[in-house]
Amino acid sequence: MPGSLSTLKVLCAALALLFVVAQPAAAQLSFKPTAEAVQEDKLLNALKEGDKISGRVSIPDAMSASLIQPAGRDWRDFHRSKLPIIGGIAIVGMFAALLIFLMVRGKIRIHRGFAGTTILRFASFERFTHWLTASCFIILALSGLNISFGRSLILPLFGAEGFATMSGYAKWAHNYLAFPFMLGLVIMFLIWIKDNIPGKVDLEWFKQGGGVLFKGKHPPARRFNAGQKGIFWIVIIGGALMSVSGWFLLFPYLPANVTTLQFWTVIHAVIAMLFIAAMMAHIYIGSIGMEGAFDAMGTGEVDLNWAKEHHSLWVEEEQAKGQAPSGTTPRAMPAE
Amino acid sequence: MARVKFLCDADRCIECNACVTACKNEHEVPWGINRRRVVTINDGKPGERSVSMACMHCTDAPCAAVCPVSCFYTTADGVVLHSKDLCIGCGYCFYACPFGAPQYPKVGNFGSRGKMDKCTYCAGGPEADNSPAEYAKYGQNRLAEGKLPICAEMCSTKSLLAGDGAIIAEIYKERVMKRGYGSGMWGWKTAYSDSPTG
Repeated sequence: MPGSLSTLKVLCAALALLFVVAQPAAAQLSFKPTAEAVQEDKLLNALKEGDKISGRVSIPDAMSASLIQPAGRDWRDFHRSKLPIIGGIAIVGMFAALLIFLMVRGKIRIHRGFAGTTILRFASFERFTHWLTASCFIILALSGLNISFGRSLILPLFGAEGFATMSGYAKWAHNYLAFPFMLGLVIMFLIWIKDNIPGKVDLEWFKQGGGVLFKGKHPPARRFNAGQKGIFWIVIIGGALMSVSGWFLLFPYLPANVTTLQFWTVIHAVIAMLFIAAMMAHIYIGSIGMEGAFDAMGTGEVDLNWAKEHHSLWVEEEQAKGQAPSGTTPRAMPAE
Repeated sequence: MARVKFLCDADRCIECNACVTACKNEHEVPWGINRRRVVTINDGKPGERSVSMACMHCTDAPCAAVCPVSCFYTTADGVVLHSKDLCIGCGYCFYACPFGAPQYPKVGNFGSRGKMDKCTYCAGGPEADNSPAEYAKYGQNRLAEGKLPICAEMCSTKSLLAGDGAIIAEIYKERVMKRGYGSGMWGWKTAYSDSPTG
């Protein structure tokens, strides 16, 4: 068939032309495809801190495209060497500080003694929110500390099998209780934000040592004094940081990037240590540290004298609203 | 006993992924998990190289150092293994591993991590050698049968080498001498703190 033959001829000519055109280009290419290949050494040396050598993979898992990430060693160093120091100073330090405070200052008593009449400080929904968040926090804190330090502190006592089983349940608890904890944070933020805006009266509170450092001194305060406002903001900001960082750890396939995950674990761990230390102080002052304080979150009703000493302006406001016993209530007289 | 290692001669790797496939088949590795993968560096550019990478069975392994439940152990051959009975799937070994070896099946309602899975150097786990329990959790125990890892055995260009670290390093050095080039013993510096030429 002459038609197809001529087509073949044209094709051959085109191929030949291509060869002629391509040859000078090949000749110009001084690149040696073997000796000038990528060198691991050069790539490693060129890496910036926290960077990794990565390429392309033909499997669907994008995370596996990372070939070598030397930053893993920094993370290991953080976890094994730095975190125990941070956690140790924060938690053991706070424990020691509270112990010394208890020995030096003693339990903070109600200066004028119990009045016998009470005033409603926290309604049942507020107490429910507090204890929802608090109980989750305690379990989250203990299970978190177990992950961080259990291997050196608890494993020798339990043995490998028992400790692994316990830690497995602790991990589940940590994962699931994160959600009611976050819910509690949101509700606390909404119901208490209006009473926690810093004001002028807070400066005075700090000047007078919070009525805690010096006996018998009680600076005026509204519903929350400056110290409680501090706790509120520590919980809200600390809790938000814990939630955001924890969210990435709960859903590790969300960022799908080991560097991002490393970053959030470091944030999660460091904030957790500081958070736990702050909450230890909160627990101390709300229980054994101060007479009459626990009732606020226990029954919700606090003694009127306690309220007047620690939240004088708030009591006045409540009395003005007619929601509190008036100040003329006969109070216990000193037996002199 | 010999200290066994992996060595990928990237100048020989043709990115055929036979090592990846052989590994998945040999151990019936679950869907979504690859104990070994081939990463191409500078893909499509002059001088691109492909490297087959899995757990490097590091000296002083970072995974073992950070594991909160201490589920890792190193065999007399220098193989880093772990117990899936102890593993709680926390992800710490994945953060610390320089090679991205630890992987987790997605389990539970949130798709959170299951028990970690990684290359065993075809050496199984803590269970009795070649028992059904060992096979179900870790796959074949070829080392107990006197065989080397399947990935290296399958490698058509003999790019991926497995065996006594001193011997495979010697083989690689000879190759580099003869060829006059070599892109390096990928991962060795990070895993064993050895110099790429030594």
